[in-house]
Amino acid sequence: MFDNLGQRLQSIFSGLTSKGRLSEEDIDAALREIRRALLEADVNLAVVKSFTERVREKALGADVLSSLTPGQMVIKIVLDELTVLLGGSISRLALSNRMPNVIMLVGLQGSGKTTAASKLAYLLRKKGKKPLMVAADVYRPAAIDQLEALGRELHIPVYRGEVDDPVAIARDGLRYAVDNMLDLVIIDTAGRLHVDDVMMDEVARIKTAVRPDQILMVVDAMTGQDAVTVADAFAQRLDFDGLIMSKLDGDARGGAALSIREVTGKPIKFASMGEKPNSLEEFYPDRMAKRILGMGDVVSLIEKATELEAEGEYSDDDADSLVQGKFTFDDFLKSIKQMRKMGGFGAIAKLLPGGEAMKQATAQMDDSQIDRLEAIIYSMTIKERTNPKILNGSRRARIAAGAGVEVTDVNRLIKQFNEASKMMKQMQKQMGANGQGGSSKKGKRGKGKPKGKQKNQQKKTRFGLPGTNFPGF
Amino acid sequence: MSWYEKLNSGLSKSRERLSGQLNALVGRGVDIDESFWEDLEDTLIMADLGLEASEDIVARMKREVATKAFSSTEQVKEYLVSAIAQEFETVGDPFKLGAVTILAVGINGTGKTTSIGKLAKQGVDEGRTVILGSADTFRAAAGEQLDIWAERAGVPIVKRERGADAASVAYETVERAQEIGADLVLIDTAGRLHTSLDLMRELEKVQRVTRDRSKAPTFTVLVMDATTGQNGLVQAREFNKALALDAIILTKLDGTAKGGIALAISKELEIPIVRIGVGEAIDDLRPFVPEEFARALIG
Repeated sequence: MFDNLGQRLQSIFSGLTSKGRLSEEDIDAALREIRRALLEADVNLAVVKSFTERVREKALGADVLSSLTPGQMVIKIVLDELTVLLGGSISRLALSNRMPNVIMLVGLQGSGKTTAASKLAYLLRKKGKKPLMVAADVYRPAAIDQLEALGRELHIPVYRGEVDDPVAIARDGLRYAVDNMLDLVIIDTAGRLHVDDVMMDEVARIKTAVRPDQILMVVDAMTGQDAVTVADAFAQRLDFDGLIMSKLDGDARGGAALSIREVTGKPIKFASMGEKPNSLEEFYPDRMAKRILGMGDVVSLIEKATELEAEGEYSDDDADSLVQGKFTFDDFLKSIKQMRKMGGFGAIAKLLPGGEAMKQATAQMDDSQIDRLEAIIYSMTIKERTNPKILNGSRRARIAAGAGVEVTDVNRLIKQFNEASKMMKQMQKQMGANGQGGSSKKGKRGKGKPKGKQKNQQKKTRFGLPGTNFPGF
Repeated sequence: MSWYEKLNSGLSKSRERLSGQLNALVGRGVDIDESFWEDLEDTLIMADLGLEASEDIVARMKREVATKAFSSTEQVKEYLVSAIAQEFETVGDPFKLGAVTILAVGINGTGKTTSIGKLAKQGVDEGRTVILGSADTFRAAAGEQLDIWAERAGVPIVKRERGADAASVAYETVERAQEIGADLVLIDTAGRLHTSLDLMRELEKVQRVTRDRSKAPTFTVLVMDATTGQNGLVQAREFNKALALDAIILTKLDGTAKGGIALAISKELEIPIVRIGVGEAIDDLRPFVPEEFARALIG
């Protein structure tokens, strides 16, 4: 299976030394790989065709910059083009001065509207809004109960109508908001098929009745080729304002985002990334571009670490060590534990460039093994933990005895530690390389002095000990 | 005409050309030109079969068609249909057996609860003794949703408050099933992403408890949304790795999505698709017929 477009393109071009321009044959070979990558990411075939055509034109005219190899040049063109296609920069939610503001959520069944409604209410309440959720899904059994339960948990009021006409419920919901001094109404509509005329007509009538400031379509990140057909039908009928991509915490590449953006011209406003109410995030086109190409998403990883830190579960030093590879056995243990919190190794590995290798190295770890690792590491002296090179045979035997394990277990841990260190180092290099060709955000990070967290730049040299300082950065 | 329609007209043309060329084929024997194969490949990709599977099928068709003499377009089309249909695993439908326990699993929003509800009603109509278990103790109101289905089907349901241990619900469902002599036990589980290790482990426990406790054989069925793209295969692999899946239910085929990824899954995991969802009504959960599905794939 395709893993990383970057690596594939590099290997295609590996035979070529740097030259002034890309030849047509080079570009054709590259375009085949790009086509494959995009199709495997579920980008719509029609969009793939027009996209590769555009890349061909750009690549033919492009001079290979002296700093880049032909492979990197093509990747740069592809990434830039993808980022532009995905909307360039963040598209924020536009609300008027009207009271109350009205946001309406629409989409297919099971795309995640109800969950998105509560996450959006939670997010906007944090920004000072007083939200009301209106349960206008009268069709799916217990859909209204679901929204009510979510509202109860988050202490967000929910309006459920006394009638079973969604149009009337939406209208009454607005009145309820006005009466109760709530300045934001989020209407959760029933899931519907774009080919169901009766249901599409109903949602259009809700729109006419409440004149929402924003209609957001919720789209499952795992949607395949059909995404454009669906989105186009909703756009024609409702002229919605933007998209929420749901289930982006999975490992789908999410090519549907690109297809829909290209076909409807509607921006993607939010990414929904998990089970928790705070897992609705703004959508970053540049990160999505890399994800679609399977190139990892280090920035999101760093943000996840930062988030944990904000929750008081993660220190600056941890974040630093995680991205810099400057870590000791203590950090190794902490990293493993934190990685589990951040969604497991699979979730993390997916965000890393070359994540597959990482996944394999850590795949078989479960809680009991982590307990064992902990025991081994705690049986080390502080000196050993910070300087693994001194772990000779007798030290290993002592540690094994202390932890109640075999020496082979200790050896295995040391091996894992070394591999993890190596991977951190590689990751570090990749971040540096990405910085050259990527966005401004990446560029900042790539300039030789990457930080786990930008506002804590001074805190980075805690582990300036021999053996933990890897060459190359 | 919208921008997309313009862009896409090229692809719908692929399908038209495909039929057109099938017609032209009669006169030309097996001499089909390259654009025919390209159109077939495009059609299969658009049906979410995936690039690899699409290329495979086209390559094999090319070889096979070269050795055959077709006398009518219908024959060619039927040949394509039956060749694709043969790719599906068809053995192992648990609903054809006697007493069984079914565990519905899958990612969020694929239609597990709805499918379980419809299966309950169908079971009752076939004269079976059915019991439902709502082991989705995570999603808000999932139990209530299944409650309504239980009521519609007139069958008992076991559920617990939100946040309760899912495996304990499964356990209790199986116990109750034995008390009432149920021969169709349907257990709903919470949707979860295959990338969430903890939740996958919880599901393993639900399955283990169900298997250990149930006297009837336990079948684990993956419920998959037909709109799912290439990630569907990854999902199925992960669920299979954790649970050793027995069958697939493919839902939401009433839209415009073709559900082609199910072919790759059925083939790779060697498990059958046992039901397809083609609408909201109870009877719209139907047995899977490979030929019909294959015919829809190539349009």
